[in-house]
Amino acid sequence: MIALSDFLILGAVLFCISVAGIFINRKNVIVLLMAIELMLLAVNMNFIAFSYYMNDLAGQVFVFFILTVAAAEAAIGLAILVVWFRNRRTINVENLDTLKG
Amino acid sequence: MENVYLGIILAPLIGSIVAGLFGKQVGRAGAHWVTNIGVAVSFILSAVVFNDVVFNDAATYNASLYTWLVSDGIRFEIGFLIDELTATMMMVVTFVSLMVHIYTIGYMHDDPGYQRFFSYISLFTFSMLMLVMSNNFMQLFFGWEAVGLVSYLLIGFWHKKETAIFANMKAFLVNRVGDFGFLLGIAAIAMYFNSLDYADVFKAAPLLADLNIQVIPGLDWSLMTVICILLFIGAMGKSAQVPLHVWLPDSMEGPTPISALIHAATMVTAGIFMVARMSPLFELSTTALSFVLVIGAITALFMGFLGLIQNDIKRVVAYSTLSQLGYMTVALGASAYAAGIFHLMTHAFFKALLFLAAGSVIVAMHHEQDIRKMGGLKKYMPITYWCMLIGSLALIGTPGFSGFFSKDAIIEAVHASEIPGSTFAYISVLLGVFITALYSFRMFFLVFHGKENIDPHTKKHLHESPKVVTIPLILLAIPSVVIGAIAVGPWLFGDYFGDTITVFKEHDVLGQLGEHYTGVMGFVIHGMMALPFWLALAGVGTAYFLYMKRPDIPGQIKAKFEGVYRLLDNAYGFDSFNQSFFAGGSRKLGKILWQIGDVKGIDGIMVNGSVKLVGWVAGAVRQMQTGYLYHYAFAMIIGLLVLVSWVLARA
Repeated sequence: MIALSDFLILGAVLFCISVAGIFINRKNVIVLLMAIELMLLAVNMNFIAFSYYMNDLAGQVFVFFILTVAAAEAAIGLAILVVWFRNRRTINVENLDTLKG
Repeated sequence: MENVYLGIILAPLIGSIVAGLFGKQVGRAGAHWVTNIGVAVSFILSAVVFNDVVFNDAATYNASLYTWLVSDGIRFEIGFLIDELTATMMMVVTFVSLMVHIYTIGYMHDDPGYQRFFSYISLFTFSMLMLVMSNNFMQLFFGWEAVGLVSYLLIGFWHKKETAIFANMKAFLVNRVGDFGFLLGIAAIAMYFNSLDYADVFKAAPLLADLNIQVIPGLDWSLMTVICILLFIGAMGKSAQVPLHVWLPDSMEGPTPISALIHAATMVTAGIFMVARMSPLFELSTTALSFVLVIGAITALFMGFLGLIQNDIKRVVAYSTLSQLGYMTVALGASAYAAGIFHLMTHAFFKALLFLAAGSVIVAMHHEQDIRKMGGLKKYMPITYWCMLIGSLALIGTPGFSGFFSKDAIIEAVHASEIPGSTFAYISVLLGVFITALYSFRMFFLVFHGKENIDPHTKKHLHESPKVVTIPLILLAIPSVVIGAIAVGPWLFGDYFGDTITVFKEHDVLGQLGEHYTGVMGFVIHGMMALPFWLALAGVGTAYFLYMKRPDIPGQIKAKFEGVYRLLDNAYGFDSFNQSFFAGGSRKLGKILWQIGDVKGIDGIMVNGSVKLVGWVAGAVRQMQTGYLYHYAFAMIIGLLVLVSWVLARA
């Protein structure tokens, strides 16, 4: 029997990997988007684990919602990325610093 | 009677406003008519009041006409206190003022600032009347400052003359010093008596006589002594007592009528009047009286010395004024308030006379004021000569003349006084008599007798002054001779002043003198045998010998006592000390404050410093704003983490 804590640890590890992906990655915006997806998956993992152990389907329903939204988000994100690339001819993260004061 | 009092005050004010603001419209003649009539009305009404108060024994009038404001129970009012003292002062002020107004018509005849001048002197008369008629400290202070202001305006009347501007600034600043003390004194009165009304304060004063206060922690000072000395510091400024006397000789830069009216007869006696008015307070503090006595004695003697070496005719008279003010102050210190006021009055007449006569000489000499360039004027200006002689005789205290009675009374009073410092004061005033006679007749002989050193061009035009000048001289000469003999009996030894002046039994020197008083003739005969008369005679004799018989001796004395001469010539160094220490010191202080406080402190640290600080903080913060999304995301996540852990840890 796999314990609840194992699932939660897996979720936390996934989350940490995705955070590290956001910070350490300096090159590619697509990797950023993927890291965000991974973060959502880590959350999903927690939802499912709790849903299973507490016998409550609401958690799994939520996961479907999240997956749907994540798919839509990925579509929009990639579309923005394409437009961005057309304007800038680059998707290098190092160059995305127009927020600098 | 209120209307009469108001009339006395308002007539000169209206004259002043008309001449001052509508000078162009009314013209020169209009200006002198309106102000002369204003002051004449004031004089006549004052005479009515005087008659009423002194001869008909009208009850003392003390009422407030207008309440300006009430603050924390203290009422600021305008009101009149009319008693014998006030009525006397009103007579003196309006009479001398009227004489000076008439005289000015002649003296300022060609001056472009004619209307302005009349406006000022009428304004002065108004201010001085406000001062003497006041029944509370607020109005007293108003009058006090107003006369100071007019004095400032008039010393600098010829405002294109550099020295005049310097002199009026000096007068104003020195008076500020005195007024500061005066204001503190009034503030102390308001604080402890909770009233500014004379009657209230005088009634409550004996109750607070033993109260001690600690201005500096650990030092017990008598409240009355503190108040009286502070008030007297005000008087020292206005009445030019050492060490605040320095402005008076310089004030001679103003036109001569002003020197006569303001800087000899009336304004400078405001301090004397004030102390006499405050006699119920001063009597409570022997310390303060001693202080007054010693300051007066120093002024009386040492300012007299300075008169000996002056060559400017007006400056001689100015130093004699200082010395005579010292005499009045000595009288106040010896609790002989009546004698002080008596000398104030006689002095007002004969000193105004001397100044106006000096002015008459100056006009005749085409504004030459150096007595070494005069001489033998007797045959050209007989009326001025006789008036000057009368004034000088009155000044030195020739028996029978007005100055004799007042001065002799002061000397005797000081002699009888037993408070600390009275011996010093007695010696000073005795010596002062000799000095007074010496410098008065030195000037007199140099101007009117002896060798003619007149500029030949001036000599061609030399003639007696016009009637508008000589008539005031004659009118002033009359009281200079007779007023002493008329007033001495009731004034000093009778109950002329009644309850106006308070003198305690143990200080009552005039009362002691009164026991030996046997009438005017007795006084004169006694005076002829007493020391002061012989001293005065010796002074005149010395002056005659030195400047008529052997004119070579003064030069030799000067050469022999070079050091003394230089000391006197520098007026004991008061001026240079003030210049270098107070004026120089405050300039230096100002410079330090400017460079350290302003340039470095405010500009450097406060203004530019805060700008720099903001710039520095912004520079530091800007390093954090990289613009990279992942930095912001990192901050968000870390922040979230911290917040969540904090919430969880708390729960």
